[in-house]
Amino acid sequence: MTRSWLIALLLASAAWGVSAASAPHEATTSAADPVLEARVMKVAEELRCLVCQNETIAASHADLAVDLRKQIRTKLREGQSERQILDFMVERYGDFVLYRPALKATTVLLWVGPFALLIVAGFALMRAIRGRQRQASAPLSPTDAARARQLLDETPSGS
Amino acid sequence: MKRYLLPLLVFVLLAGFLAIGLKRDPREVPSPLINKPAPAFSLPQLDAPDQQVAAKDLLGQVWLLNVWASWCVACRQEHPLLVDLSRTGQVKLYGLNYKDKPDDALGWLQKFGNPYLKSMSDTEGLVGIDYGVYGVPETFVIDKQGVIRYKQIGPVTPEAIRDTLLPLVAQLEKS
Repeated sequence: MTRSWLIALLLASAAWGVSAASAPHEATTSAADPVLEARVMKVAEELRCLVCQNETIAASHADLAVDLRKQIRTKLREGQSERQILDFMVERYGDFVLYRPALKATTVLLWVGPFALLIVAGFALMRAIRGRQRQASAPLSPTDAARARQLLDETPSGS
Repeated sequence: MKRYLLPLLVFVLLAGFLAIGLKRDPREVPSPLINKPAPAFSLPQLDAPDQQVAAKDLLGQVWLLNVWASWCVACRQEHPLLVDLSRTGQVKLYGLNYKDKPDDALGWLQKFGNPYLKSMSDTEGLVGIDYGVYGVPETFVIDKQGVIRYKQIGPVTPEAIRDTLLPLVAQLEKS
């Protein structure tokens, strides 16, 4: 009992320590210029963090993401456009860095692929349904009819 | 029999794609800098901070740029290989000391050996960004014209040195 209380107390103090440690850092970055910071975050949300891969640079706490946000901030301050900054990142890290890669020869499969697959699947489904309909509506041949009758007649005596 | 052919074909195709996907490392993002001129830099030399080393000083030779840091665990793993490689004299190895404290870096080299002809201090990591560095260690092969020919992401292995780096360096030396 006392032990679990002790653990809870430790966790609480650790959490307090973390928030106290990170608070001043966040305050300095966002309070400096909220308009600029919002623009930095808007660009950062378009970019993938290559260290954690499924996070944006805006969301990631990786060192590289922090550095890249710093780069974005500097470039926006220098008056560069968002397009220029995204191009800067692609030049260095490739199309993979963009969450919405540009439509070009190497990315066309990425953009069109799912729709093409959907069309192919829809076509296959249509064909399958048509085939089944045709099969159901086809009249039974005399031999098949005779066989069916025989099977139906057989059942009661068989069991 | 024929009606099973198409599903089988689709299955084999899908299994093939997935098998290739399994073998590929998602952490290895191909660099767009391959076959592009190595980004220019001018950085203080690690062991002589009052001297600058620039990318253009290194033109006219085939050289390897190894991105390393004393805080990087995987660097420690590849380091003995680089020390051995530098002893053979087959490559000109330069180091980019990425986001490190010079004192830590110098201590690290003293402890584990220094395979680099020169190391450059990229304390802010800005040159690292220019080179698209995202996972230290990384190693670039740069030709006589200053064009990046290859990038090894992650620690070099004996196989990578034997099968990729050394043959490529030899080939570039000839041209």
